[in-house]
Amino acid sequence: MIHLFKMNDMYFAVDTNSGLVHVVDEIIYDLLNDDSFKCDHKVKELENKHGRDIVSEAISEINYLIVNNMLYTEETNAVNKIKPAIKAMCLNMTHDCNLRCEYCFASQGSYKGEREILSYETGKKAFDFLVNNSGLRRNLEVDFFGGEPLMNFETIKKLVDYGRSLEEKHNKHFRFTITTNGVLLDDEKIDYINENMDNVVLSIDGRKSTNDRMRKTINEKGSYETIVKNFQNFVSKRMDKDYFARGTFTAYNLDFSEDVKHIRDLGFDKISVEPVVASPEEKYALKEEHLEILKEEYEKLTELYLESNKEENKKFNFFHFNIELDGGPCIYKRSIGCGAGTEYVAITPNGDIYPCHQFVGQDEFVIGNVDEGICNEEITDKFKNVSVNEKPVCKDCWAKYYCSGGCHANAYNFNKDFNIPYSVGCELEKKRIECSIYIKGKLS
Amino acid sequence: MVHIKTLNQTKLTDNMNVKGCGECQTSCQSACKTSCTVGNQKCENK
Repeated sequence: MIHLFKMNDMYFAVDTNSGLVHVVDEIIYDLLNDDSFKCDHKVKELENKHGRDIVSEAISEINYLIVNNMLYTEETNAVNKIKPAIKAMCLNMTHDCNLRCEYCFASQGSYKGEREILSYETGKKAFDFLVNNSGLRRNLEVDFFGGEPLMNFETIKKLVDYGRSLEEKHNKHFRFTITTNGVLLDDEKIDYINENMDNVVLSIDGRKSTNDRMRKTINEKGSYETIVKNFQNFVSKRMDKDYFARGTFTAYNLDFSEDVKHIRDLGFDKISVEPVVASPEEKYALKEEHLEILKEEYEKLTELYLESNKEENKKFNFFHFNIELDGGPCIYKRSIGCGAGTEYVAITPNGDIYPCHQFVGQDEFVIGNVDEGICNEEITDKFKNVSVNEKPVCKDCWAKYYCSGGCHANAYNFNKDFNIPYSVGCELEKKRIECSIYIKGKLS
Repeated sequence: MVHIKTLNQTKLTDNMNVKGCGECQTSCQSACKTSCTVGNQKCENK
């Protein structure tokens, strides 16, 4: 399977099964389009257009790639080599929040339930559960999440110490991350986070008008002024460690490249702005009718990215334009996807275990608890059996080894079926991959 | 090659016998909490 696309002045051929990306010229593009190189009368037409010798030379190059398994590569069934083991945990430090963001999938922090705080004792059990279920995996990831995790900061510090105390004994290495809205981010917390967290996600949507329309305080005021100041202070002390200023775009800001630009102009150089996930009945939900505008917006963002990267003080990293053409995950990992319910879990303040943070609050998805471990294998088995080569929509999609089948929660929320991905998300993902490849081509 | 420039040095199908350790980062633990993007993660087994 191959995917051909043109973006601005460049042509590309992506060979899905080998993962090879070829920058091609217009002649190759025309020859590969509809398999024209296999059809005598189409080849003749192209000889008239480009010249006989050149077309013959181009066909030789195509044949060289085919013979060397670099184009039209056969499918490799690479499923199930990775042994299931839980190695990543989203730990909900609170089911409470000091903001009331309109689009929050966690129902403004409460996840449709009681407002709760994770205790140190339950947190310890969550760490024990992770270590005990991680098999031979050494690298374990804990994301301190919420609600707003900084509302439970003292417990985070104690749990980081507890995690470190387990490392040597169990031959594990913890990577800690935190996702925060920034309201409580003071100097003490900043210093602690910079010392202990491998990555930090700072939630900000972009321009003041965009941010404050959605990210409101409890008193319904905008959060922009507070968080920008705190995040700038944070980043000034972050040095070269990882972080992302992360926003969400909705139907209210379809021109989201302006928000990315704004975040860049605020001094943040690692940025992720993602499409909202919302039920179609919400006014801010992204729908099929928005797709063309959004695709154009990703192209604008691509140009902004390339222009910005010419100047040292404007350079920025956009999360969804990162793509590892060499040195990325292996085909096994790419086949099984995000790992929800198999290598990744979310744990709530009352100790319940869910397949991922997106399922928290949906009782039918509780797969266990920190006292008894995984109890509901009926659910976890469903996640184990999801791979890109089994999902009917994915198996013939050129992008399957980049998105790995998409978000299971989105698939379920929109289609009530893990095997049917969220189509708007697919279209946007494919566009982002094309933009990422184009950037690689431009910079190569 | 005159008409084609390949951007990668390696194929997904190279060295499959030594791949699949499962040590790489879980995608939702990076910056995305609402979309699955695996192709931009890094291999831990090189």
